This record gives sequence, structure tokens and C-alpha cells, in this order.
Amino acid sequence: MRKVAVIGVGQSKFGELWDASFRDIVLSAGIEAIEDAGLEGREIEALYIGNMSGGRFLAQEHIAALIADYSGLAELHIPCTRVEGADASGGMALRQAYLAVASGLHDIVIAAGAEKVTDVGDKAMEILSSGVDREWEVFNGATLASLFAMMARLHMDEYGTRAEDLAMVSVKNHRNAVKNPKAQFRREISIDIALNSPYVAEPLRMFDCAPVSDGAAAVILASEEVARKYTDTPVFIEASSQASDYIALHSRRDITTMDAVVFAAREAYKKAGIEPDDIDVAEVHDSFTIAEIIAYEDLGFAEKGKGAELIREGVTELDGDIPVNPSGGLKACGHAAGATGVRQAVEIVLQLRGDAGERQVDAERGLTLNIGGTGATAVVTIFTR
Amino acid sequence: MLPRFWRKIKQRYNLIATKCENCGTYYYPPRNLCPKCRRKSKMVEVRLSGKGEVLSYSVVHDVPENMKEQKPYVVALIKLDEGPVITSQLVCEPREVRRGMKVKAAFRRCGEEGEAGIIYYCTKFIPE
Repeated sequence: MRKVAVIGVGQSKFGELWDASFRDIVLSAGIEAIEDAGLEGREIEALYIGNMSGGRFLAQEHIAALIADYSGLAELHIPCTRVEGADASGGMALRQAYLAVASGLHDIVIAAGAEKVTDVGDKAMEILSSGVDREWEVFNGATLASLFAMMARLHMDEYGTRAEDLAMVSVKNHRNAVKNPKAQFRREISIDIALNSPYVAEPLRMFDCAPVSDGAAAVILASEEVARKYTDTPVFIEASSQASDYIALHSRRDITTMDAVVFAAREAYKKAGIEPDDIDVAEVHDSFTIAEIIAYEDLGFAEKGKGAELIREGVTELDGDIPVNPSGGLKACGHAAGATGVRQAVEIVLQLRGDAGERQVDAERGLTLNIGGTGATAVVTIFTR
Repeated sequence: MLPRFWRKIKQRYNLIATKCENCGTYYYPPRNLCPKCRRKSKMVEVRLSGKGEVLSYSVVHDVPENMKEQKPYVVALIKLDEGPVITSQLVCEPREVRRGMKVKAAFRRCGEEGEAGIIYYCTKFIPE
């Protein structure tokens, strides 16, 4: 396998983008990435795009060819492939692009992720719940939030995690998003505001839940040799690991552990030859605040049951030992389903290059964790400069 | 949505699980293959007692369109006496529910597709 570098990154603004179409937002991210890499465009040999549900959000399938077309790549006739794994689609597309370059099949590949969710109005949450078991969870009354709520309830009872700890995750991520011009929510909130917001599914409240957002992101990958021609500051992908688990939460070994994350992380650390302590910055999948606390544990940043200590002690704040979600995370930067995994990669690359502006942290190595649904798919990617 | 629901109507209404006779594990929802034994699976249908206890729960306030009339309702992970954990609605006052509570299965109306639409039935749980 060859060494793979990221030579360009781009992302659209995340949020309720009423005046932009699906094509518009993907194009804005793609052009930014191509310009960032200093490519002309025709050097791109393949495209992978993560998209969760074009069929239900837009009544549009055949997303990969559509995107290549509107990105001006139609006459290059390159292979374009859509990748789907609920809200892990972006991370999976990035992994497919990585494999295409690492294997030697292609030298320059673009990995994108995109979702346009606001065109369907109130139906968005119902469509997003197609990432869990429709027949045996959703039909029986579960919503996506209620499944994470049941993880939260158990975590609180077994390990002493408090509602205040969950609120602190939300407060941190909102604070970070203030410094991110692409973020959806750029206002600080207080713990009191979070704890007094309405319940969505007890014990989770509105400020424990990521929004549904429109958004797109793109990264351009190249082999090490090719990368050196385009940039003096390549960021390398040290490891890309993906794992799966039972689709329904009720079938899992442990309700408060995502085994897919544990397996993907363990393999990624092994491939990179590092320990969790060697990670300087991370973007993790905080679709609900409890998921960030559980991610601390499943990624090995904290012992099982002690995730909340990291947020209490400020370890994951921008100025802490392991800043987590400097972008604002899914909670405040926004969660555009299939775009999220690639958006996380964009943030880590900006951090490692020193291009993250006001939210810059000091880091040589970063990690992204993208999950699908309640964790039936997990993708862990490790980057280093 | 409808055909796939009806295909398992017997198992839903009667709480019929599968048991792998090779390893003794019960599965509900029923499975055709045992994930522990795979090719050595020997699955047979078994009717469950319908008794279990609440492993975790949530009172759901932000509810899907077709469940608006029930808002807020309780959804729970229920550990059945035979071993499997299932996701189900719990028919009780939200303030009554607690972890470890003993519950039993009951046949209930589940929802409907609009006012003139088809009515669904399913197994829910009630305090024992």
C-alpha cells in the first residue's frame, strides 16, 4: 500500500441553505478543494461521494454522476461512485478514495460528502431514522433521539454521568463554532440554557441533539509522490479503518459501548503504530451529546465509564490536552448526514496545516470518528502532518 | 412499509422468537441465522413468555407524525426472561417507569396511516 496525502480541502457553509440547491452546495465545496490543491480539474481520476438519502430527501438517485456532471467533470468520463452508510456515508467515501490511491489504482482522487435535507421540511427526522432498524426499532416507537436517550440513561445510572456533563459538551461545541465561519450555530450558550431547553427524548433535551443541516465537503487525495508536486504541506492519512455491528441497539453486546468504534479505533491505532494518547486533536460524531462522551471511552481517550471526567476537567476544550470538535462538531457546526465524515476530515486537515484561524490548536496528529445511525457503522481515520 | 410488516405478523402478535438449538441462544426479533454459530445454526421457532424487565427507557416528546396522539409516550429496551433485549413501547404513565421494572407483553393498537388509513397492531408492554 502507498502512502496517501490530502492535498486540498473545501466545504460549504452548513445550515439551512434555502437559497442553494444540492448541486450548488456540492459545487462550492468541490471548487474550494480543487483551488486549495492548485489543480486545474482534469487531473482528477475518480470521485467518491457520500450521500445518505438523495432518494428520499430529493427524489434523486444517481447522485455520483450528477455531481460529476455539475462539477464540470462529465467530459472526463471518470468513474464516480456514491457510497452509503447512513450518516457514516462521508467517512466511508473518504475511505474508498483512500483505498483507490493507496492501492496504486489512481494517483489523484476526490472524496466528497453532501446532503440537502431542508427541502423536505418536517420529514427530515423521519428520513434520518432510516439509519436504524425500521422494522424492529422505529416501528415499535423508537426515534433516533430516543435510542441515544436510552444509552444516556444507562450511562448515567451505571457510571454517574450527569445531565450537566451532557450540557457541557453542547456548551463547548457551541463555543468552538463561534470561531468557525462555516458553522451553522455561531452563538455561545450557557449550561442553564441547555438544561432548561425542552425535552426531545428524556433525558436528552434540545441542546443535546445535533440539528439537521444542508452541507457539503470535499477533500482531494494523492499519492505521496504526486502530492509533493502540489504542496509543501501535505497531510498524510496514517490509517483508515471501518467496522460494523448489529444494526439495532437492542442486539448489541453492551448498550453504552459502540463496539464498531472500539474495533475501528483499535485497528487504526495498530496500523498507525500509535496509542490513543498520541492523538492531539479529534473530530467525533456528536449527533447527540452522549455520543461524544461514549466516543471518548470507545476511542480510548478515557477508561470505560469515565468519559464525563474529560468534559468536567476541560481536557477536550480548545485549550485542553485533546481538543475534541474544534469545528463545533455536529452539534454546532451542523450535521449534514452524508457530508459529515468528510467535513470532519476538512477540519482536521486545516488544524494540522495551521490554517484553522481563531480555533487553531497545536497538533501534529488528528483523528476523525464518523458513525452511522446508533453505531452500526464506524469509520476512524488518523491524519498526521 | 406495509408488506414487510405483514410478513412477520405472526411473530409480532405472538412474540415468536427463534432459538438456535446448537448454542441455545434465543433471538427476538427472529433471525434465520445465528450470528454465533452461522453455518452451524439450527433455528427453531419458540413462543416467548412475554415477561421481562426494563433495561433502559426514554419518555419521547418529539414524536413522529403518526404517533402525535400518544405524545409523550414511553419507549423502552426490555430484557425478556429468555434473554433477548427488544425495543418496545411501554404503556404506562411516564412518571411510573423505572429501570428494573417487571413488565409483560400485551396486544395493542400501534398506529395508523392517516384518519382513513390502515390501523396497525403490535405487541407493547405493560407493567406486571
